[in-house]
Amino acid sequence: MSGVRVLVGTRKGAFVLTADERRTQWQVDGPHFAGWEIYHLKGSPADPDRIFASQTSGWFGQVVQRSDDGGATWRQVGGDFTYDGVPGQHQWYDGSLRPWEFTRVWHLEPSLTEPDTVYAGVEDAALFRSTDGGESWQELSGLREHRTGPSWQPGAGGMCLHTILAHPTDDQRLYVAISAAGAFRTDDGGKTWLPINKGLRSGEIPDTDAEVGHCVHRIAMHSSRPDTLFMQKHWDVMRSDDAGDSWHEVSGNLPTDFGFPIDVHAHEPETVYVVPIKSDSEHFPPDGRLRVYRSRTGGDEWEALTEGLPQRDCYVNVLRDAMAVDSLDSCGVYLGTTGGQVYVSADSGDSWAPIVRDLPAVLSVEVQTLR
Amino acid sequence: MSTAETTDDGVHTVRIVLPAHLRTIAGVAGEVPVTVQGPVTTRSVLDVLETDHPRLAGTIRDRQTQRRRAFVRFFACERDLSQDEPDAPLPDAVVQGTEPFLVVGAMAGG
Repeated sequence: MSGVRVLVGTRKGAFVLTADERRTQWQVDGPHFAGWEIYHLKGSPADPDRIFASQTSGWFGQVVQRSDDGGATWRQVGGDFTYDGVPGQHQWYDGSLRPWEFTRVWHLEPSLTEPDTVYAGVEDAALFRSTDGGESWQELSGLREHRTGPSWQPGAGGMCLHTILAHPTDDQRLYVAISAAGAFRTDDGGKTWLPINKGLRSGEIPDTDAEVGHCVHRIAMHSSRPDTLFMQKHWDVMRSDDAGDSWHEVSGNLPTDFGFPIDVHAHEPETVYVVPIKSDSEHFPPDGRLRVYRSRTGGDEWEALTEGLPQRDCYVNVLRDAMAVDSLDSCGVYLGTTGGQVYVSADSGDSWAPIVRDLPAVLSVEVQTLR
Repeated sequence: MSTAETTDDGVHTVRIVLPAHLRTIAGVAGEVPVTVQGPVTTRSVLDVLETDHPRLAGTIRDRQTQRRRAFVRFFACERDLSQDEPDAPLPDAVVQGTEPFLVVGAMAGG
């Protein structure tokens, strides 16, 4: 029987939630790494039993954990993220220059085909790759050394590289996104990078349509249409149909165009999900109602999904890595909140139910579809 | 309080007390003894600790600069040694093993 394994990173540990394809009865396993911030966990598409986890602490630094048995047991692997050469400087919040300094791993993206290969997006923004199962890491320094690097600046959470998207068939093409520098693409396996921010407009920077400096919150892609990208920006939901060469806004009728996560239905490449958040300082749902918005038209026209989600007195946030979709026949959608709830919809978003209600604040949600 | 001679070439067993999270990382319970040859300093003690327990690399000191991480402190003999130079000799009682060297997570949890 098929099923799902949901990997949840929280402020105080990791949890593994499993269910069969009905997604109604759940087993909750955890906390793993209790007391540590687990920014992200993700399983290898090439070997679902292999899962990588970013374990981090303001006190004790960065640890990377790996499981080879689907999250039952874990082993510490390499946590040495040394920038290639002299790291240089980037802008601080006040515009002054500050040296690049490694803080943590925000996102781990296992290779689509090689179980030993995994990418790490880190703060201060850089991209690393391991080809030995996370034991050692090498920076793809062409990104950080891009000529625009000295003008990159941190978003509120830090200057983090939080999105890594691998092209499904071209192993030389990757997309990444950095808060607050913008989106970048490589077509040569990470040696050189192209800023792909044309069409973005950000009122928080002096030149509103600058080449870099945009606070991109998240990018999503459907594997059947790798040239089509959907972006949740600090403000605006954006779409590109030319691999990021140009973007246009598809916020349409959303109640607010601020938010963090964005994802695409597993079987419908024009069906997109976002969670509008009131901001840019409140960071909670408008009107105290947690609503996922779904577009079946690739943007512009959005419908509120509310059944099973709290519709009063709800003031949680859903962070950028805290939404995921499974690929069962009836696509499941998952989201985690800063209030510690993880919700599932087993019917593409039509109705929702909590899997757990009282975890620590959720930082990330990923799902593995097990067959 | 007297301290050991910095030219000491002897071998000493230093008792280290780690915070719970680092005991988990290192896979140890209780105090961690380390055998230090030569001068017993914060640097030499932590060098041996990280050699004996490589998983602790980067958790107490920055991997590149070897500076103490900002939210980590070092105590011994009821003294705060966090701001001492890393090559300063540790107190005699630590060198002789009658007092432990404490690695402490800074009190910043609320």
